[in-house]
Order: sequence, then C-alpha cells, then structure tokens
Amino acid sequence: MTRKAYYARKIKRATQLLFYKRHMKPGVKGWELKNALGSDYPKILKVLDNHLEKLDLQVKTVFEGEEPAEKPTLEELNKARFYVTVRGGFPSRDAKMMGWRIDDIAGLATAISYIISKKGKAPRDEVEDLLRTKLPGWRVEMNMNRYIKSGYLGEDEHNQLYLDWRTRAEVDQKALVELLLLK
Amino acid sequence: MSNKEKKLNSERIQRVIELCNSVDERGVDPFAVDVDDIIATLQKYFHEWESPEELALDAEAVQCLASVIQNQGDWVKHRSTSLYTDPFLLEEKIQRLDKEELATLFAKVWNPIIEMEQLSIPRLAEALKYWRDLVPISERWQRDGPMQVEAGATTREELVRLKILAEKTFMEELETFWKELKQKVGEDEKILYWDFVGADTYQETLDRAYMTSFLVTYGYATLELHPLEEEVFIKSFTKLRSELVDKRMVSVPISVSFDEWMNWKEMRQ
Repeated sequence: MTRKAYYARKIKRATQLLFYKRHMKPGVKGWELKNALGSDYPKILKVLDNHLEKLDLQVKTVFEGEEPAEKPTLEELNKARFYVTVRGGFPSRDAKMMGWRIDDIAGLATAISYIISKKGKAPRDEVEDLLRTKLPGWRVEMNMNRYIKSGYLGEDEHNQLYLDWRTRAEVDQKALVELLLLK
Repeated sequence: MSNKEKKLNSERIQRVIELCNSVDERGVDPFAVDVDDIIATLQKYFHEWESPEELALDAEAVQCLASVIQNQGDWVKHRSTSLYTDPFLLEEKIQRLDKEELATLFAKVWNPIIEMEQLSIPRLAEALKYWRDLVPISERWQRDGPMQVEAGATTREELVRLKILAEKTFMEELETFWKELKQKVGEDEKILYWDFVGADTYQETLDRAYMTSFLVTYGYATLELHPLEEEVFIKSFTKLRSELVDKRMVSVPISVSFDEWMNWKEMRQ
C-alpha cells in the first residue's frame, strides 16, 4: 500500500470516528483513536484538520485538566478527548437553526463569563440572580437546567456551578473575557 | 480546666471547621479566613485535648485550614492568569450589554461540536436480520407450568443408583480401606506409598490416594518420609490413634500425577 493510500484510509476512519456519535457524549478519547488508527494518530488528525479547515471546521483537543503549556506528550493526548467543532464562530442569527433563541445564548454567555471571573466556580443562586436582571424568572430556571443537561455547566452537591466538558470543548474562554472587557 | 470550658473550646474549634468548609462549599473568599489567628487558637487549645475525639477534632481543623491555604494559593494563581477578571467589572459589563450584543459576542467565540446521528445501510440490514431472528416475546416469556408428577415410594437401592445416597457411609469405606492397608503391610508394618495407592487405572489411583490422605489425617496410619532416598512409606497403626488428630499436624504434599502413575506402572511390570 502506498503512503498516500495508507493515509487516505486512516483519514477516512478518523472522520467516521470523530463525526459519528458513538457514546452518550460526542467526541473520541485519544486511546480510542490510538487503538483504531495506530500510534501515529496525532499526525493523521493533523492532516484531517488541514482538510477540515477548508470547510471552516477543526479537530479540537480537550485535555484532562489544564491544557499543557508545551507540546503535549503522547500520554496526555491519549487521555484527551477529540471533537470536530466549528472553526471560526458564526453569525448569531445562525444559532436559531441550531434551536437556540437569542435569550438562551445571551444567558449562556453571561453564566459562563461570570463563572470564569469567579475562578471557575460560582453559587447557582448568584448566577440565576444575574440572569434574572434581564430574563423572566421561569426562563432562567429552564435555561439553567438546559445548560447543565447539555454539558455546558455542571452543578456540584453544594449548588456550585462550574464549567463542564462542552464549554471546555466549544468556548474560547479567554477570547470571551477579552471581548467582554473591550465592550 | 472544667468540663464546661472544654466544651466551649471544642465548640470554637467546630466553628473554625465550619468557616474553613464554607470556603470550599460556598465559594467564600479564602482570604476572609484569618489563618494566623486560627493557628494561634489551635495552638492555645492543643495541650488541653486528651480524649481521641478531641484530638480528632483538632486534626480535622488543621486539615480544613490546610485546604483554605491551598485555596488562597489557587486564588493568587488565578489572579495571575490572563483569564482573571474582576467579577464586579465583568458584571457591570454584562449589565450594560443588551441580549443581542451578548449573543453576537458569544457567537464569535463559540465553536459548537459537530456530530452526526445517521443510520447506514449495513447497520440497517444488520438490525433487520436481528429483528427477523428475534423470537416473539410471547414465546420468550412463556412460563412452563409445574410438571405434575404422581407421588410414589422409592427404595434405598434406587437412591443409591441415582447417587443420592452412597452405598456405604464414608467412615465404613475408610474402615474397609484401613483393613486392606493392614493386610498389605503385613509384618513389615509399612508399605511404599505408590505400592499401596497405585491401581490399574489412573482414576482408581486418585480415589485411593484420596482415601489414604484421610487414613493419615484421622489417625489410622502415618507417613514415613525418607528424603534422601526420595521414598514415602505408609505405616498402619494397629489401633486407631485419634489423639494424634488434635495434635499439631504437618501437611505432606504428594504429587499423584498421570506421568508418575505411568512410571510406577512401568516399573511394576
């Protein structure tokens, strides 16, 4: 098999693994990719990422814990989770097509940025009070439950909210805070 | 120190623990806890504690305080990162923006996950095959009624044939086996282990080895080991020596493998 054919076959397999939902949560763990594609899977994902760039999509890596400051080791990559996400954001009007009202997105933005400013954890009451300043009470509770169910926010046993797996995969937290401060 | 004073001090320590826990549980500012003051309080009371419960309370307070110090460290670390923003400043910015502006801003930094849920033709075919082969629920869950059997009488021979009862009791069998051993050892009083347990078939040899182990354990016989010659003899007692059962016993592992049985058979021939 030529090198080109080898990579074409592996990229096809990687695409199937990343796009099709196989578990309750989307995305694939690094070790799963290693088993399916071989130990050079980071290289294959890089080639796939280049292909996806033309479609404004990307292969996103979410590490366990904090993102490593330097080039990640194979062990860190094996524990990480990989997703395909939109690459460069999208017009807010398009969110309607995804089933999100403008209220929902604004509420999510507010909750996420407030939790970030509170060192990643904030009491649910405080976040709900902040949302209630602009949204009706019934919608606040409904939205909050939706954010938690979708995996954007998590809630611990002391009613503290934290940023959950989906926020870590989908939201550029640093850019969000910077944009807010520029306003 | 009076018991009343001790109780008061213990309550003070309890309040320290609650304060420290509130930092973790309710997100209270970790710098609201005066660590130096708490350490001084714990030091002051430490020599008064005597019971294990009091010492455990003191240890819990120290542990909670360590957690607060860790939180203070995290707080300083967070402030030094680019993600740190003054919550009040951020809150004010959020209040000033309207919903549309917030949503537009968020859409710029939001990269939703792409996922597909689609059936493929091979998977559909596989599912159809499964459905075709699946037995109807009425058949799968069918319950057989209890079988009606007429009651009748049985005999001891029938129960022995069905292996519900043994032909002889175990002790009867052991006694018979002991008699056989006594006959075989004769005047020598002992016989080589393999010469006694060895039989024409391997299965029978195993049965005899099993029974022999009980002869030795229950005090009908004993083993004589000659390690240099690698020989094991069985010595039969003329009378049952049950007192040996209560004494400290030593286990002697003897291998009765198929190869060893074959070797014994060849040597005998």
